Amino acid sequence: MSTVLLEVDDLEVTFRRSAGPGRRAASVPAVRGVSFQLEAGTTLGIAGESGSGKSTIARTLMGINKPSGGSMRLNGADVGALRGRELAQYRQTMQMIFQDPYDSLDPRMKVSETLLEAIKLRKNKPASPLNEVYQLLEKVGLSKSFASRRPRELSGGQRQRVSIARALCVDPRLILCDEAVSALDVSVRAQVLNLLKDLQEDLGLAYLFISHDLSTLRFMADYVGIMYLGKIVELGTRDEIFERPQHPYTRALLSAVPEPVVIDRTVRLPRVRLTGEPPSSTNPPTGCSFHPRCPLAQEICRTTAPARRVTSSGQLAACHFAEPELVVAEA
Amino acid sequence: MIWWILRRLGQMLIVLFGVVSLAFLLVYAVPADPASTLAGPNASAATIASIHAQLGLDNPLWQQYFGFIGRLLTGDLGTSYVLRETPVFGRIVAALPTTLMVAVGGILWQIILGVPAGIFAAYRRGSWVDRLITFLSLIGLSAPPFWLGLLLIYYFAFTWGLFPLNGLGSPVFWYLVLPTFTLGAGGGAWYARMTRTNMIETLDSPFVRMARAKGMPERVILWRHSFRHIAIPLLTMIGLDFGYFLGGVVIVETVFGLNGIGRLAFDAISNLDTPMIVGTVLFAAIFIVVVNFIVDLLYSVIDPRVRLNS
Amino acid sequence: MSEAVPAAAAVDPLALGDKPVRAREVLRSLKKDPAALASIVVLLALAVIALAAPLLSPHDPLQTFPDIGLGPQGQPLPPGTPGFLLGTDALGRDVLSRLIYGAQVSLVIGIVANGLATAFGVLVGIVAGYFGGVVEAILMRITDVVISFPILLLCTALIAVTTRSTFNVIIVIALIYWTTLARIIRSMVVSLKEREFVVASQTLGLSHRSIMWRHILPHLVPAIIVYTTLGVASSILIESALSFLGIGVPIPQPSWGQMISDGSTYFQIAPWMLFIPGICLILTVMAFNLVGDWLSDMLNSQTPLAR
Repeated sequence: MSTVLLEVDDLEVTFRRSAGPGRRAASVPAVRGVSFQLEAGTTLGIAGESGSGKSTIARTLMGINKPSGGSMRLNGADVGALRGRELAQYRQTMQMIFQDPYDSLDPRMKVSETLLEAIKLRKNKPASPLNEVYQLLEKVGLSKSFASRRPRELSGGQRQRVSIARALCVDPRLILCDEAVSALDVSVRAQVLNLLKDLQEDLGLAYLFISHDLSTLRFMADYVGIMYLGKIVELGTRDEIFERPQHPYTRALLSAVPEPVVIDRTVRLPRVRLTGEPPSSTNPPTGCSFHPRCPLAQEICRTTAPARRVTSSGQLAACHFAEPELVVAEA
Repeated sequence: MIWWILRRLGQMLIVLFGVVSLAFLLVYAVPADPASTLAGPNASAATIASIHAQLGLDNPLWQQYFGFIGRLLTGDLGTSYVLRETPVFGRIVAALPTTLMVAVGGILWQIILGVPAGIFAAYRRGSWVDRLITFLSLIGLSAPPFWLGLLLIYYFAFTWGLFPLNGLGSPVFWYLVLPTFTLGAGGGAWYARMTRTNMIETLDSPFVRMARAKGMPERVILWRHSFRHIAIPLLTMIGLDFGYFLGGVVIVETVFGLNGIGRLAFDAISNLDTPMIVGTVLFAAIFIVVVNFIVDLLYSVIDPRVRLNS
Repeated sequence: MSEAVPAAAAVDPLALGDKPVRAREVLRSLKKDPAALASIVVLLALAVIALAAPLLSPHDPLQTFPDIGLGPQGQPLPPGTPGFLLGTDALGRDVLSRLIYGAQVSLVIGIVANGLATAFGVLVGIVAGYFGGVVEAILMRITDVVISFPILLLCTALIAVTTRSTFNVIIVIALIYWTTLARIIRSMVVSLKEREFVVASQTLGLSHRSIMWRHILPHLVPAIIVYTTLGVASSILIESALSFLGIGVPIPQPSWGQMISDGSTYFQIAPWMLFIPGICLILTVMAFNLVGDWLSDMLNSQTPLAR
């Protein structure tokens, strides 16, 4: 029986923008009421266009941004209530791997220095920190010789492996991967993804895997959430999302993937073409945020925001028309 | 827009309040006694005591401070210790036109000397003209303004008699040439460097190459496409440097014997004339704050993006 | 003094490299920049002259020669006079000796004052940029007040009411110069702290102090070196301006600014009193500026991480 590791409930994050010449102060709601659970040892993937608030969720969990509402519970403890030592410990339970492998390591530090710095933060310090460094490098598939190198001598994939090793230094239970492989070449990407999967099996890690790339998520994730303008519009298991998508936005994303993600040819999905740019998050549309771009939009979509509910195929979706009938009607 | 202006005005007031308070406290915190300076070295203790009482120097510091701020709010800067019967405010207002002329002239010189030279050097990058401009601007940056001023007086006024030696007379313009040039030369050298760097960057940018490929005339490229890229850093400089620029005004007014605010301030300091010191400091700070406000306003005129992001 | 500070803003802080500089690269880039090489030679020579002043100067810089050092009408002697290579000043003191001792004063003031300003400006800039929010608002508002302050006036006031001393001059120059550095460093730190390696250290739970000390400061070093070099040039200029206003280094002591100031009274009869120290001053300031430019070019050109 798996246990819930992370529980995010109705999380809201709002950025403030101060006034300048010729413009008013404004608040930008980046995350608007996001809820999900993550079980230990599993992977939740989050997908969405840029600006949908995916990264903001990760950054808020890590304490880089401050939430303006809702709650985050890690192992049952309310993160917002933590202070000082407890907060530091909480932070170590959860680590993050960043997008840009060229920027996530201090260019002035050797690999060993970067890792030693992180190891020293551990509560029970290892007898031989340097041995620990070698072990960590081995875990992420790098030889000892990498310890004395500097980031600029490493390839993108190697850097990302070092970043993973650094995250592992403090024995986390959950790793947030914010577009962790997006900047890598496709061949390297597969290696890093495999490494992450192996580590998950060995160490029982949970991942919150954020990516705009659906094929990556299909490979990595057990559960997938689709974000649009700061909301999760559809949330379900990988198979539910990829094979029986209910929300028109999810379908649009899937049909935008050039290679056929849907391998099962028996389920033919209607192509939904996405037109226009996502609307400004400063001033989200009324009703359902997606309605200006939605091919199925009706009057109700303009006036009423759809609630998230369980659909006939099992996953959660926030759409007035997310019902089995939809698939039938369209097919 | 209105909110932004109001907020800026609020900030300006805070800065001005800070400046005045700091000036007041510093001037009062120093160990020297204006009364003994005023009375001269041979004054008796009784004389000094009576001057103390007269100027209100016996009151505790906080009382003097609040009295000062209270009067300030009504526009009263007090009376000069040294030049009795003269309200500080009136003296400063009388000196204001001279300083304004010198300052505006200095800024004009900076722009006239700096911007065309920078643009020209950038267009002729690597040529002897570029080298010459770079060299001259380096000298301009490295020469102390008062030294330059003295040099100009020595040759242009004293040896060759082309310009008046010092002071102000008629026509005013003639008397202002040397002082304003002295004031603007260093800044002009600086602007030339800035403009050259920015212009080179602009000329190398994809949109200029595109415009050229389309056969757009150089004149259009320069004015329509490059102007913003050199104007914005320039504006920043003007705003940021204005405090130092005013320091230059003090020196230039001293070198050329002009009776402006800088000279007034300098004399006030030599005489420990506290109300006059605080008054001139306040006016200089107003200058700086207003210039920065105008610079910020101009930003949004030149660069519409400023409206969208902070 | 409009050029007292801007020299520093020439460098784009974010373009400065993260790569350690090797001696070989330094020499190679010096070879390509003869002006910088010459400047370094000039500055080294100047340093030697300043250090060896007692050995090199033909006379005591303070000694007046009322009989042999002044002409028949009591006028200063021109350069080339036997015994007084660069002539004498209005009191019959040897200009060359004063020049040599003046180099000492100018360099010491330029370097010490600038060092203080750098330390303080960097501290304020890092703290303001790193913590942001209220801390930043307060620190930068204070910086604004100091910048908005006609600082020269304030300093004039301060020195005028206390005693003239070299120490005061140093403090005053440091007071003038730190604000620029604080602003520049702050803007660098604001963008540095968004870099992922800094965020990563934060999420690891590294203390603020370690992050500032280990992950931010090292990246500022090239910029600090450049600004400090340019700042010495500015400091020497400010010192000369203070001396000219009669509030510089205390009187019989020679400084170049003071010598120019003395010369300004007599320039109609003894122009060399004005020219000689002025040219020395310009050359020195120019050398510092050229070296600063070269440093920033060199550190700019090797930027694997420029973003």
